[in-house]
Amino acid sequence: MTYIAKPKLHHPKLPTNKLGFTRRDYEGAVSTLCAGCGHDSISAAIIQACFELDLPPHRIAKLSGIGCSSKTPTYFLGASHGFNSVHGRMPSVLTGANLANRDLVYLGVSGDGDSASIGLGQFAHSLRRGVNMLYIVENNGVYGLTKGQFSATSDKGSKNKRGVVNSDAAIDLVAMALQSGASYVARSFSGDKAQLVPLIKGAILHKGAAFIDCISPCVAFNNHLGSTKSFDYVREHNEAVNRLDVMPEREEITADYAPGTVETVEQHDGSVLRLRKVAADYDAHDRIAAMTYLQERQAAGEIVTGLLYLDPDSDDLHGYLGTVERPLNALAEAELCPGNEALQRLNAALR
Amino acid sequence: MKPTDTTVPDYFHKVVDCQWACPSHTPVPEYIRLIAARRYADAYMVNWRSNVFPGILGRTCDRPCEPACRRGRVEKEPVAICRLKRVAADYKGDIRARLPRPATARNGKRIALIGAGPASLTVARDLLPAGYTCVVYDSDPRPGGMIRSQIPRFRLPEAVIDEEVGYILDLGVEARFGERVDSLKALLAEGYDAIFVGSGAPRGRDLDIPGRKEAAANIHIGIDWLSSVSFGHVDKIGRRVIVLGGGNTAMDCCRSSRRLGGEEVTVVVRSGFDEMKASPWEKEDAMHEGIPILNYLVPKEFLHEKGRLTGMLFEKVKAEYDAKGRRSLVPTGEAPVRMECDDALIAVGQENAFPWIERDIGLAFDKWDMPIVDKTTMQSTIPNVFFGGDAAFGPKNIIWAVAHGHEAAISIDLLCRGEDVRKRPPPAVSLFSQKMGIHEWSYDNDISTDLRYRVPLKDKEVVLKDIKVEVELGFDDKLAYLEAQRCLNCDVQTVFTPKLCIECDACVDICPMDCITFTADGEEQELRGRLNAPAANPTQDLYIGAGLKTGRIMVKDEDVCLHCGLCAERCPTGAWDMQRFLLEMAQVEPACRSH
Repeated sequence: MTYIAKPKLHHPKLPTNKLGFTRRDYEGAVSTLCAGCGHDSISAAIIQACFELDLPPHRIAKLSGIGCSSKTPTYFLGASHGFNSVHGRMPSVLTGANLANRDLVYLGVSGDGDSASIGLGQFAHSLRRGVNMLYIVENNGVYGLTKGQFSATSDKGSKNKRGVVNSDAAIDLVAMALQSGASYVARSFSGDKAQLVPLIKGAILHKGAAFIDCISPCVAFNNHLGSTKSFDYVREHNEAVNRLDVMPEREEITADYAPGTVETVEQHDGSVLRLRKVAADYDAHDRIAAMTYLQERQAAGEIVTGLLYLDPDSDDLHGYLGTVERPLNALAEAELCPGNEALQRLNAALR
Repeated sequence: MKPTDTTVPDYFHKVVDCQWACPSHTPVPEYIRLIAARRYADAYMVNWRSNVFPGILGRTCDRPCEPACRRGRVEKEPVAICRLKRVAADYKGDIRARLPRPATARNGKRIALIGAGPASLTVARDLLPAGYTCVVYDSDPRPGGMIRSQIPRFRLPEAVIDEEVGYILDLGVEARFGERVDSLKALLAEGYDAIFVGSGAPRGRDLDIPGRKEAAANIHIGIDWLSSVSFGHVDKIGRRVIVLGGGNTAMDCCRSSRRLGGEEVTVVVRSGFDEMKASPWEKEDAMHEGIPILNYLVPKEFLHEKGRLTGMLFEKVKAEYDAKGRRSLVPTGEAPVRMECDDALIAVGQENAFPWIERDIGLAFDKWDMPIVDKTTMQSTIPNVFFGGDAAFGPKNIIWAVAHGHEAAISIDLLCRGEDVRKRPPPAVSLFSQKMGIHEWSYDNDISTDLRYRVPLKDKEVVLKDIKVEVELGFDDKLAYLEAQRCLNCDVQTVFTPKLCIECDACVDICPMDCITFTADGEEQELRGRLNAPAANPTQDLYIGAGLKTGRIMVKDEDVCLHCGLCAERCPTGAWDMQRFLLEMAQVEPACRSH
C-alpha cells in the first residue's frame, strides 16, 4: 500500500464544474489496493463522471459489500455518504436507503465475488425491483483478497496463475441483468476510460436499475497468459457495439456522423444520451435481440462492451410503489399522522 | 514525436529548472536536501565547488534560479533558493580541511589576472590547485572587486567577503593589489602564458544636463560613491537626496543614503516602476525603509545656487507603444516637476572602459567598443588573452562572472597543455534509482504545502543608524528546514521504461498534476493540446515513451510535475522509477588527479 498522501497541489489550469469544484474535490483517500489494480481506474472514472455531472458530493451515497471492489468507495467521493455492508448484502441496504431517501444518487459498488457468489440473489432482486441506482460490478474474475482462487465469473477453460484450468461454467452478470429486468445494462473495461466515464454518467442519470459490468484486471493474480480478464486478453477481444456521449441538455449535433449511425435518447431529467453505433446491426433497445447477440458473440470469443440495453421509458421502485415525491425520511408527524378526527372517521367507516 | 533520448544530459538537466537557469549550473536540489538534513557543511561544499562564493551569493545573488523554480508554477512563489544558500554558509562551521590544498608542485605556467573580482578569483581558484601560478592585479588595495566596493555592508558584511576571498588567496595567489594595469601591451610583454581580463564594468554613466558642472560638488556617480562609502572615504550625505536610476545600484545608493544622514531619500526613474531593472526584492527592501520610488520622470536640469545643488527639474512622460510594440517615452505636456534636494546620486547604468588596452596589439573590438570574446571559450582574438565577468559582455552579475571564470579556467588549462580550447570537457552525470524497498524511497517525497517563508529582518530603527549592520538575519535552522521542504526535488527524475509498461493507467489516475497521458502519436503542437491537462508551456519538454503494446505513446508534460514519485509508487511493473540525476560541470582537474 501507498503510505504517502496524494499532494493537495493540483494542475494550475485544472477546470472547475458548475459547482466550483475541481475533479480533485471528488477524490477520496489514497488507494490501498495493489499498485496497478483495475479497480483504481474505475474509481478514477467514477470521480470524473461525478465531476462532469456537477453532482454535489453530499447528495451521493456509495454502498458496498466485501472484497477488493467493495473497499474502493474509500478511494473516491470522500465527501459523500458511505455504507460498507456485510458480504453480498449491499443491494438490500441500498434498497432500504433508497426507499427512505429517494433524493440521493445511489452508487452500489460490488465485485464478482460479492455479486456473483454470495450476493447473487440480492443482485438479481434489486435489479428486478427497479431500484434507482448505478450498480457497478468491478469484475476481475478472481478472488484477489484470498490470493487468487477462481471466482464465479471466471471463464470455463481459463487458467489461474499457477496454470490450473477452471472447470466451472461462468456466470454472466450482464445476461442475468438483462433477464432480471434492469433498464440500463452496459459492459466496459477499466482500461478504457473514454468508454467507461460516459457509461457511468448515463447510468447515474438513468431512472431505474442501471447495471455496469466492468472488467477490471487483477494485476496480482489474474493478469497472466491463460487468463481471460487480463489487460492483454481484454484489449485483444474487446468489441464495442457503440460509443456513448452524455450531454447535459439537448444540443445541436456538431460532430459529423454518418447518417443513421447516431441515435439520441432523451432522459427523464432532460439530459441526452447520444449513441454512436459501432456494430451497425446492434439495437440497444431490443432486450431479446441484445441477449441473443451477446450469446453469439460470447461463443465466438468476443467480449462485447458498450451500452448493451437501454429502456427509454423506464421507471423505478418508487414509481411502481407510488410513493410521494418527498423523501420518506423527510415526512414529519404532521404528514404521517392524520389526527384523531380522521381516525375516528376511519373507525366509523369500518363499523 | 520522437521518443525522448534521456541519455543526452541536457534532457534531464532542463527538468532541474533551477540548475539549468543557474549560469554556473549549481546542483540546487542536491544542496537543499543536504540543508534539510542539517548537513550544512556538505551543502556548502556542493555550492562552493559550483559557485565559489556561497556566503556572498547567498546574500547578493541575482537568483536567476528563482524565477525558473518549478514551485513558482505550481503555487505562488518559488523556493527561497538564494537565502537557503546563505543558511549553508552561516551554519557550516569550519570547512577549511575540505578545501583543496595549495599545489605542492608548480607546473611552470604563469597566468596574469586583471582585477580581483569574482571572475578572476574563480579562475585563480580553479587553476591554483592544478599547479598554475596566478598573479592577480587590482587597483584597489583589497581584493573582491565590485563585491567589496559596490555592495553595501548592510547587505553583505565584510567578514563574509574576507572569508570566501581568503579561501582563494590561501591557495597561493600572487597578489599585486593596489597595482593598476595601465597597458595590456606591456603586460603581454612580460611573457605570461595566459592573461585573464576580469576588470569589470568600472565606469558609471553620467548625466549631461544643465547644471551638472555647476553643482558638481553635490552630484555623485553612484558606483564611485558606493565605493567611497565602502572604503570609508565618505560617511555622510545631505538631508534630502535624489537617486536617479532604477537598477540595483540605485537601490544600494538610496538605502546607503538613508544610513548616512539622508532623511528624505527619493528614487526617480524615467520609465515605469514595473520596468525597472532592479530585482523586485531590492525594490521592496528600499520601500520598506521609507524610500519612495517615483516613475515616468525624466531629469531635465540640476538647480543650483552659489555652487550648491538646491533641487532638480523633471519632465513628466508617459509610455507609448508603436505597432511593433516598441516603447517610447512621450512628454505629457504638463508643467515640469520640481524637487528640492541637497545631494543627487546618478545610478543610470555602467559602462565598460578599456583605455588601457592598446588598439594595435591584435585584440579586436566590435562596433560598441567591446572586445570580441567567444561565448563558450571566453577567448579574445589574441589566443592567450581571455575575458570574463562584466569585462566580457557588459554588466551582468556575480554568478555570471563565476560561470565565465570556470569556462575561462578550462580554456586556459587546455591552451597551456597545447590542446584545442574548443574541445570542452563534458559534464559528469550520474542517474541512479531512489527505490529502497517496496514503498521506500531515499528522498522525502511528501510534498509540503507551506508558502514561502520570509527572511527575518533586524529592527529598522537599528539598521538605519549603522551602515555596517546587516539587515537580513537569515533563516534559523527551523525556518531553513521548513523552506527546504518546499523544494520539489526536481533532480529526482521520473524515468519511464516502455517495455515494462502494461498500460494499466495507475500512473495516470494517481498523478496529482495530470502530467501523464497515454494517447495516439502526433505532432508536438497538436499533441500538446489534447493531453489530460493541456501542455501550454512550450519551454518545458514533453517526455515521450514509445514501443507500448497498444501502439500508443506515453506523454509526460514535465511542466508542473511535483516529482512526488506517486507514478512510480503505483506502477505495478516498475516501468516508472524515480532516479536521482546529478550533473556537475567539468572543472580544471587538480594536479594530483591529472596523472
